[in-house]
This record gives sequence, C-alpha cells and structure tokens, in this order.
Amino acid sequence: MKRLTSLTLICAATLLSACGEKARTVGADAAPYTGPVGAMSTFAAPGWKAGDKTTWEQSMKVRAQYGQNDHAR
Amino acid sequence: MARMKFICDTERCIECNGCVTACKNEHEVPWGVNRRRVVTLNDGVPGERSISVACMHCSDAPCMAVCPVNCFYKTDEGVVLHDKDVCIGCGYCSYACPFGAPQFPSQGTFGVRGKMDKCTFCAGGPEDNGSQAEFEKYGRNRLAEGKLPACAEMCSTKALLAGDGDVVADIFRNRVLKRNKGAEVWGWGTAYGSRSEAREGSKS
Repeated sequence: MKRLTSLTLICAATLLSACGEKARTVGADAAPYTGPVGAMSTFAAPGWKAGDKTTWEQSMKVRAQYGQNDHAR
Repeated sequence: MARMKFICDTERCIECNGCVTACKNEHEVPWGVNRRRVVTLNDGVPGERSISVACMHCSDAPCMAVCPVNCFYKTDEGVVLHDKDVCIGCGYCSYACPFGAPQFPSQGTFGVRGKMDKCTFCAGGPEDNGSQAEFEKYGRNRLAEGKLPACAEMCSTKALLAGDGDVVADIFRNRVLKRNKGAEVWGWGTAYGSRSEAREGSKS
C-alpha cells in the first residue's frame, strides 16, 4: 500500500511539474518583415514617389544635371 | 519630356570600360554578352578616340522595322525595348542594327532558347516594374526607380551622358562652348567635311 502511495505521488509530481513552469512569451521583438511598401520603395531614388509622372520627369532632369553636368556644380 | 538618349563625349572617354562593368554588374549580364562596349578608333596612334556604344534607342529604329514577329516596342520616353516572350531569336535585328547592339546569349533566363538581349536603357521589359521576372529576363529597371542608366551614372569622366535628349544635348553643347570649340568638334563638318573644303578638293 505504501509503495502504491509513493508511486502515485511520484507520478503526480512528474505529471504536475509542467504546471509550475512560467509562461514564456516573446518580448519586444522587431516587427516581422512584410516586404517593401510599393514595388520600388527599396531601390527608388530618395524623395521620389512611384507613379507621379511630373515629379519623375523633374527628378530625371535634376539627376541628369547634378550627376552629369560638372559645369553647373 | 523629349526622348531618352545617350551621348558619348569622345574628348572625355578614356576607355576605362567602367560603363561596361557597371552594366554587367547592374543587370547580372551573363558571360560572353556585352550590352555595352567601348570601341577605340586609331588605337595606339596619337589622337586615338574611344566611344562607348550600346543600343542608341533610335527614333526610327531599324530593328523594329525588320522584326518578323514584332517583338519591339517603344516606351513613352522613347526607349526601344523588346519582349523576350515574343522574340524567336532569328537575328534579323542584328543585321539591321548599325551599332551591333543585339546580343544572343545562350545561358540562363537572359538567353532562354536563343532570345535576343540588348541594352534596355535600364528600363526593364514588359513585366511589372521591379518584379523578379523582369529582373531575370531584362535586368534592373532603374528608370522606374527615378534613376538614370547605370553606365552613365558610373562614368568616371562623365563622357557618357544619358537622359532626356534636350538635357544631355544642352550639357554637351555647354562643354563644347567652354572648350572654345564650335561645330567642328562633332557633327556634319567632322564627318563629311565642310563645303568649302569639298569645293577646293574638286578644283585641284
């Protein structure tokens, strides 16, 4: 009888040991990567918005002058 | 906006091949294919001149005229592009092109089943801008990112100019004026001689 009681206690202690564990949650982690916002945002020239034709044309002209016309610097 | 054009200033080109390297790196162009190359005239002779050549995105493109499957198209900015899904790799464009721009790679997606490949003015192809499919077939689409072609932006001496035809022509014109030179530097007179020279030639 004693043996059975002690065996039951050991089994119960083993089975219930998990109940004493603290729940572990991920703390302050970086937000998961969701891909670039808009198709070109990763590589697009800074200050230019995809889809805006007027700004694009202006941006190309400025880039051509700044990057290629060394007499204008 | 005018048409997108390349101009190479032969007074500045030092045959460094930076444009060729930039192009190959930007688009991951396979071995044996050169979308752009530097040609040197009178190599080794004093006064030699080098010029960087690729597809010139002709306003009246002969490749477009001869293509039997009509795979070429022109963007709103005047960039001549082609659809590799339509191209049959016949090589007619290669015969028609005065600049030797069309290339026929044999490896990878770039040249699957012998499709033609050429300079895209860094404007990609018919696929979605910036998509993986576009990159694998045509390389990067820098125009859609608000940038100019990599070859011109990487040119160390700014010999190679790219962009809106009006803008690059204006930059080049300014340079010529700053050098105290006129139309004799580049143009009709240089290529064919002046009328007075022709008259003198016919008299003698």
